[in-house]
Amino acid sequence: MANILVFIETKKDEIREFSLEALNTARKIADASGGKVYALLVGKTDGFDDTLAHYGADVVYKVTDERLSNYLTVPYAKAVKAAMDKAGASVFLLSATSLGKDLAPRVAAKFGVPMVSDLTGLEYKDGKFEIVKPLYAGKVYGTFELSAEPAIISLRPKIFEKGEPDTSRSASSEELTVDLTDDDFRAKVVEVKEKETGEIDVTEADIIVSGGRGVKGPEGFELLRQLIDVLNKAGVGKVALGASRVAVDSGWIDHSHQVGQTGKVVAPKLYMAFGISGAIQHLAGMRTSKVIVAVNKDPEAPIFKVADYGLVEDLFKVVPEMIKELKEIYKVE
Amino acid sequence: MKILVLLKKVPDTGLTLQVKPDGSDIVRDNITYVINPYDEFAIEEALKIKEKLGDVETVAISVGDEGAKEQIRTALAMGLDRGILVKVDGFWDLDGYTTAMMLKDVIEKEGFDLILTGKMAVDDYNSQVPAYIAEFFNIPQATYIVKLELDGNTAKVERELETGMEEWEVPLPAILTCEKGLNEPRYPSLRGIMQAKKKPIDVVEPSFTPSEAIKKVKLAPPPEKAPGKIIDKEFPENVKELIRLLREEAKVL
Ligand SMILES: Cc1cc2nc3c(=O)[nH]c(=O)nc-3n(C[C@H](O)[C@H](O)[C@H](O)COP(=O)(O)OP(=O)(O)OC[C@H]3O[C@@H](n4cnc5c(N)ncnc54)[C@H](O)[C@@H]3O)c2cc1C
Ligand SMILES: Nc1ncnc2c1ncn2[C@@H]1O[C@H](COP(=O)(O)O)[C@@H](O)[C@H]1O
Repeated sequence: MANILVFIETKKDEIREFSLEALNTARKIADASGGKVYALLVGKTDGFDDTLAHYGADVVYKVTDERLSNYLTVPYAKAVKAAMDKAGASVFLLSATSLGKDLAPRVAAKFGVPMVSDLTGLEYKDGKFEIVKPLYAGKVYGTFELSAEPAIISLRPKIFEKGEPDTSRSASSEELTVDLTDDDFRAKVVEVKEKETGEIDVTEADIIVSGGRGVKGPEGFELLRQLIDVLNKAGVGKVALGASRVAVDSGWIDHSHQVGQTGKVVAPKLYMAFGISGAIQHLAGMRTSKVIVAVNKDPEAPIFKVADYGLVEDLFKVVPEMIKELKEIYKVE
Repeated sequence: MKILVLLKKVPDTGLTLQVKPDGSDIVRDNITYVINPYDEFAIEEALKIKEKLGDVETVAISVGDEGAKEQIRTALAMGLDRGILVKVDGFWDLDGYTTAMMLKDVIEKEGFDLILTGKMAVDDYNSQVPAYIAEFFNIPQATYIVKLELDGNTAKVERELETGMEEWEVPLPAILTCEKGLNEPRYPSLRGIMQAKKKPIDVVEPSFTPSEAIKKVKLAPPPEKAPGKIIDKEFPENVKELIRLLREEAKVL
């Protein structure tokens, strides 16, 4: 029997989708092992019970504390430890977001066990986990057996299914008190600057429109933004702007858009690369995308090796034509 | 003030890698190694602090094999004062906990005001070692920093997250993990390279035996993708065809 604790991340009064992916994954393991799923909310804890139940939680633990309204590693790690102990959990599962990657190893350190990060595969068999994880920037995939107790695991966002909500499910909820001292608040949050509304991060996007050296400058990115605008209006998913390192280093666009080894790892349902050659460090960030489109003038560009659909064409012809075509199909301005 | 910089030897990121036929490891003949790119930001930041404050000792520490001396030497050529190699053969198979446990004794013996690291190693994509160390020494951590300002005993940092930016204030001693954007790492100068030859690199043996809780089953190349389609029509028919395929075949639009 594996009781599983899942850390639930919230943002602007919503549960982040990635946490639901972790929750649904936990549900499947618990169903197979006969364990229970505990969802942990810290800071803002109101109004999420139903959703958490529908996606698989049996029990919702809440640490409601003013001082925890912003994420801080040390007190949050303490909250997780307290919840693990209370639940008798032998597994801690969460999404490998910025927050998840900060929190999980700190929790693992409290237990004095090794942990596994950023998995793309997870299976529970005979009381052990078989895990799959990309290594060397996705050039190699490693399969490992994890027998640590507790098993502390972070999942790569957008790889695991969040599944369909089961509205017949319900969960009990419980307030948890965590013994926090001033010492736990040595690090302080001074300011949180959330992304401007409307601007979706590449890690959260369903569709990424990405530009490289081939877009030739900030104006090229303006053109890509017009395409994004049309896709947004068409209502086909959350759309974000991506970039290669060359575009970032040339100062055409902010680093937060960079995809790749020294940028972000993304796995949208659709990744469209415009004027990107497909260097190995770029592929490292986007090769797990479900469908890849490449538009490049050079038929020899390595991006075509990973592309599902390729156009050997000038992007400055393709993008305006796409905009025109999409406007017609979706009847948007 | 004393700053420790943690650095890892990793395969050059531009290389194509092959997996050995038995899946036990990647083929390591003819691989060139570099300092983990994020650790270069940590090195640079330590040097900038030293240039600003003057009285700062900077130490590069790495868990690695004999060959990792080369990466430590590069860090010394960039300007760090001295190096320590925690020598382990096959160190790339160590998990984050084990690596941190192997660093623990050395760090304890050295003492520090600040530890700077990369945000993650690009071979394992773990982002684990710094947090383990932070917990072992009961110090605060601030990850993914793109800005650092030392104000007396407080580090004012900006953290870059996928959800936005955060400003934190962290009292020293602390551990900070560096994200791209923090600085532009310098190249070693000729003078730096000459000086580095005389800088000491101590070699120590780890006292911790690797944990066996994570066992490698096998390594494999990435899952094969079915070969893609090049849409071979004239403009603008090719664009129309692309959109049709995305809607009807791939069903992503
Ligand atoms: C340690 C390290 C880390 C790195 N990390 C990253 C990373 O995180 N992300 C990343 O992207 N790179 C990274 N790189 C850089 C990487 O090696 C490449 O240099 C970079 O990805 C190339 O960017 P690009 O494809 O935009 O430019 P290029 O390689 O110059 O390709 C431009 C492409 O645009 C095409 N093109 C030009 N004009 C047009 C047009 N009008 N229409 C259509 N196509 C056109 C060209 O045919 C060409 O294929 C890293 C490198 C190192 C060493
Ligand atoms: N073998 C090692 N020796 C020294 N420092 C390391 C080692 N492995 C990881 N680190 C440090 O910890 C950071 C995060 O690594 P990782 O947890 O492996 O992703 C790296 O950027 C290094 O600064």
